[in-house]
Amino acid sequence: MDKILEVKNLHVDFDTYNGVVHAIRGVDFHLNAGETLAIVGESGSGKSITVRSILQLLAKNGTISQGEVLYHGDDLLQRSDKEMDKLRGNKISMIFQDPMTSLDPTMTIGKQVAEPLLIHNNVSKKDALKRAEEVLRLVGIPNPKARMNDYPHQFSGGQRQRIVIAIAIVNYPEILIADEPTTALDVTVQAQIIDLLKELQQKIGTSIIFITHDLGVVAGIADRVAVMYAGRLVEYGSVNDVFYNPQHPYTWGLLDSMPTLDTSESDRLNSIPGTPPNLLNPPKGDAFAPRNAYAMAIDEEEQPPFFKVSKHHYAATWLLHPDAPKVTPPASILKRYEKFKTLGGNVENV
Amino acid sequence: MEQIPQIPKDKFKLIHDENNADQEKIGTPSLTYMQDVRRRLFNNKVAVVCLSLLSIIVVVAVLAPVIAPHNPNAQQVTMSNLPPKLGNLNIPGMNGYQNMGGKMVDAYKQAGAPDGTFYILGTDYLGRDLLSRIIYGTRLSLVVAVLATLVDLLIGVPYGIVSGWKGGKTDTFMQRIVEIVSSIPNLIVVILMMIVLKPGLTSIVIALAITGWVTMARLVRAQTFQLKEQEYILAARTLGEPSMKIATKHLIPNLSSTIIIQTMFTIPNAIFFEAFLSFIGIGIPAPNASLGTLLSDGQKAFRFLPYQMWAPAIILSIIMIATNLLGDGLRDAFDPQSSEN
Amino acid sequence: MAKYILKRILYLFLTLFIIATITFFMMKMLPGTPFSNENRMSAEQLKIVKAQYGLDQSVFVQYVRYIGGLLQGNLGTSFQFNNEPVTALIGQRIVPSMQIGAQAMVVGTIGGILLGAIAAIRKNTWVDTLATFISILGLSIPSFVLAVLLQFYLAYKWKIYPVALWDNFQSSVLPTLALSALPLGTVARFMRTEMVDVLSSDYIELAKSKGNSNWKVVTKHALRNSLIPVVTIIGPMAVSVMTGSMVVENIFSIPGIGEQFVKSITTNDYPTIMGLTIFYSFLLIIVYLIVDILYGLIDPRIRLGNGGKE
Ligand SMILES: Nc1ncnc2c1ncn2[C@@H]1O[C@H](COP(=O)(O)OP(=O)(O)OP(=O)(O)O)[C@@H](O)[C@H]1O
Ligand SMILES: [Mg+2]
Repeated sequence: MDKILEVKNLHVDFDTYNGVVHAIRGVDFHLNAGETLAIVGESGSGKSITVRSILQLLAKNGTISQGEVLYHGDDLLQRSDKEMDKLRGNKISMIFQDPMTSLDPTMTIGKQVAEPLLIHNNVSKKDALKRAEEVLRLVGIPNPKARMNDYPHQFSGGQRQRIVIAIAIVNYPEILIADEPTTALDVTVQAQIIDLLKELQQKIGTSIIFITHDLGVVAGIADRVAVMYAGRLVEYGSVNDVFYNPQHPYTWGLLDSMPTLDTSESDRLNSIPGTPPNLLNPPKGDAFAPRNAYAMAIDEEEQPPFFKVSKHHYAATWLLHPDAPKVTPPASILKRYEKFKTLGGNVENV
Repeated sequence: MEQIPQIPKDKFKLIHDENNADQEKIGTPSLTYMQDVRRRLFNNKVAVVCLSLLSIIVVVAVLAPVIAPHNPNAQQVTMSNLPPKLGNLNIPGMNGYQNMGGKMVDAYKQAGAPDGTFYILGTDYLGRDLLSRIIYGTRLSLVVAVLATLVDLLIGVPYGIVSGWKGGKTDTFMQRIVEIVSSIPNLIVVILMMIVLKPGLTSIVIALAITGWVTMARLVRAQTFQLKEQEYILAARTLGEPSMKIATKHLIPNLSSTIIIQTMFTIPNAIFFEAFLSFIGIGIPAPNASLGTLLSDGQKAFRFLPYQMWAPAIILSIIMIATNLLGDGLRDAFDPQSSEN
Repeated sequence: MAKYILKRILYLFLTLFIIATITFFMMKMLPGTPFSNENRMSAEQLKIVKAQYGLDQSVFVQYVRYIGGLLQGNLGTSFQFNNEPVTALIGQRIVPSMQIGAQAMVVGTIGGILLGAIAAIRKNTWVDTLATFISILGLSIPSFVLAVLLQFYLAYKWKIYPVALWDNFQSSVLPTLALSALPLGTVARFMRTEMVDVLSSDYIELAKSKGNSNWKVVTKHALRNSLIPVVTIIGPMAVSVMTGSMVVENIFSIPGIGEQFVKSITTNDYPTIMGLTIFYSFLLIIVYLIVDILYGLIDPRIRLGNGGKE
């Protein structure tokens, strides 16, 4: 498989009034051509900052202090803002979280959808608007011809998110970064938007990075999952690996707090106690340790490296160290291990 | 393939049990909101400078009878229009010399002033000490500002709270009144009031009172509307706490930022109006000094005796600039989002 | 929209009526008359003069007459200035006032927009600090202080502009500058706040993520969105320019309405004060109305109904 994007050792700092916030503290991942990678994690874990760094769309007080973002092997972090402009909305585009505020309230949606075409291609306004209309139809805006001259406030939330998607795909990007594209929408509309993204992926062959803090959404769309906590990845692998053979206690906690089809009424949903660490002074060891019921002395002293679980499945927890005691995960996770066996995997290390 | 690090075995003990106790200590202690506001304000250099300047001006104005070197209204015609002089220091512009027919002459000697007499900021056309007049003038201008602020607080704030809290018909009615009052240009009301009433401090305050409270009432109403729906207030309401108590315990503290910031606009506005009215001759009547009357007097002689206008103009501008900047600083302190990103 | 405008025009007349009534009765409450100072007049003469101005009738009759006159566009007759009708006074004096007023508004608005936009784009840099400082100065230094200073240094000392004279464009420069400081400061601050807000909004981020250059983001998206709310402060700015014009015209001896107003105040010329008060109110209410309609027209959220914030 082709790695079209590879993020290596990414560090992002924010200068704030209270000091420097180390929002991203060494993140590595890659994106294969044509696949969908989901990044999950609690609010504030750094998902948005990670993907924004790819396009260098950080707030003014943010700096990428270390790392590489390799696009076809070429480090984007070495490019100037002008050079990045050629990529943004063209080869790599983004969908933002809140459709209610993502569209320019004073510009007709026809113009807004046509804008990336006019920026990146040598087309006439008329042709661009025509393309925009086609794309609006593609994303499911009814009667697009008549609605091209309408303004964002004349559309519903779901429709606005479709328009935002239309803007992102109008240039058939290689990579589509969707930052919680469904969080602000109600459940039925969520499902429609996800179906739309899947459909578009098949039609135009885009690779997708899909961010969410809702694990339920992941299973429906992703090929691989990366779990993020306090500015670092803690576990990544295929959807089956992460869902049915999770190794990191944080992943256990996340899965434990998520209702599934298999969850029976009697199963209690547990949320993870405690709060994420303050990234002004990131902990020396595993950032999850203070909330981790399975924490060991070493967790507070040293950051765990990634341990290999299976071919594409890695987790950063000391529990995978050969010297670590064998612990019993929560019951709901054990159930998942059962299911994993039926899926043909074998549970190691536990 | 990754190497598995060698770690001493005892590090792999589960520490599960001690852990729960620690959990409460995680994270930096969060300051209370007001402490936070104060800290942000005092870290803002501009705001601190403005606050200090204003404090000094207020202290000098309050202590005017003690500080002022002369009686501000005492006329001494022989000493009229003397330039600034600071002791026997020979600082150009502050040495009592004046350009007369192209020559610098000692105006004090000419006026026959006894040795050792000096007026730091000079005297006006009636021989009154300008420094003392400025100190008393500032005092009067600040009194206008304080009274205007009180009106804002005593009329505008309760009006806004009642209107926002009651909502419905009461609100609609009260807002109609606000609409009508605010659609009448306030300058015109003020001028009319000044013509009808006798010029003077009371009239200025009444004139400002009639129009001044409207903005405050609007802001407070809008804020009250939002607060009303907040959970803790809903809770207090369902628990049947008396309205008065909710207003003082929950509403006012949460309205404080809006109120304080708006006050920072009321103060320069009141000071400006006083100066404006006095400048066109319908404000503070002679012989009392206010910044407005001093400017008006100074303007008449500006061409020949510019110091008579410069001094009150600078004090007035400092007060206006400092309150405006302090207002900005307070807004940033109350709402850090407005300045950071 | 049409219905709304109609309603607003109705309100306009109602407000004007209230203002006229208040003005009228306040003037009637005044103790003296403009003639009381003039000791030369005998009781007999005073009576004749009073009858001439209709002051011998009951207050109510005077009121009805006054309102009747207003409806016919008659703002009353000045006690001084050769008994000229107030409308004629306005006619003679409106041109200079309008010229410096309009010039000050244009200079203040455009300057303020530029200053505010630059400050917002260069937020938290020295450019921002400088722009903020300039706008605070504009806001804080009263126009009459500025006028005196400008007159002294630019006209009297350095002789760049005429001191006090009203004939050509040259003579309007200093009063325009003095008057434009306040709108400049106000607009700049407002514009900066709006633009900072807009620049941190999601749709600006989206615009940037489309591949727009920073310049394009500002010109195509940020400016328009920040400019729309700026329209709303044109009304208050007109008030401040009007306030300033009263003293600034005086300082520069400009034969305008503001100068006339102050003169009328100092000479107790009540009919003129009343007439000018109503005229000023009318002007301001019209400005507010136009601004409101304009705002509705340029903001699609209001023009096309629903989703408007208010
Ligand atoms: N401009 C900024 N200044 C300071 N800190 C920031 C800034 N932007 C983000 N952060 C911090 O970086 C961390 C990661 O933020 P990020 O937006 O990536 O979270 P997220 O995982 O996307 O959360 P969510 O699910 O809520 O969107 C947070 O702790 C946040 O406080
Ligand atoms: Mg996010």
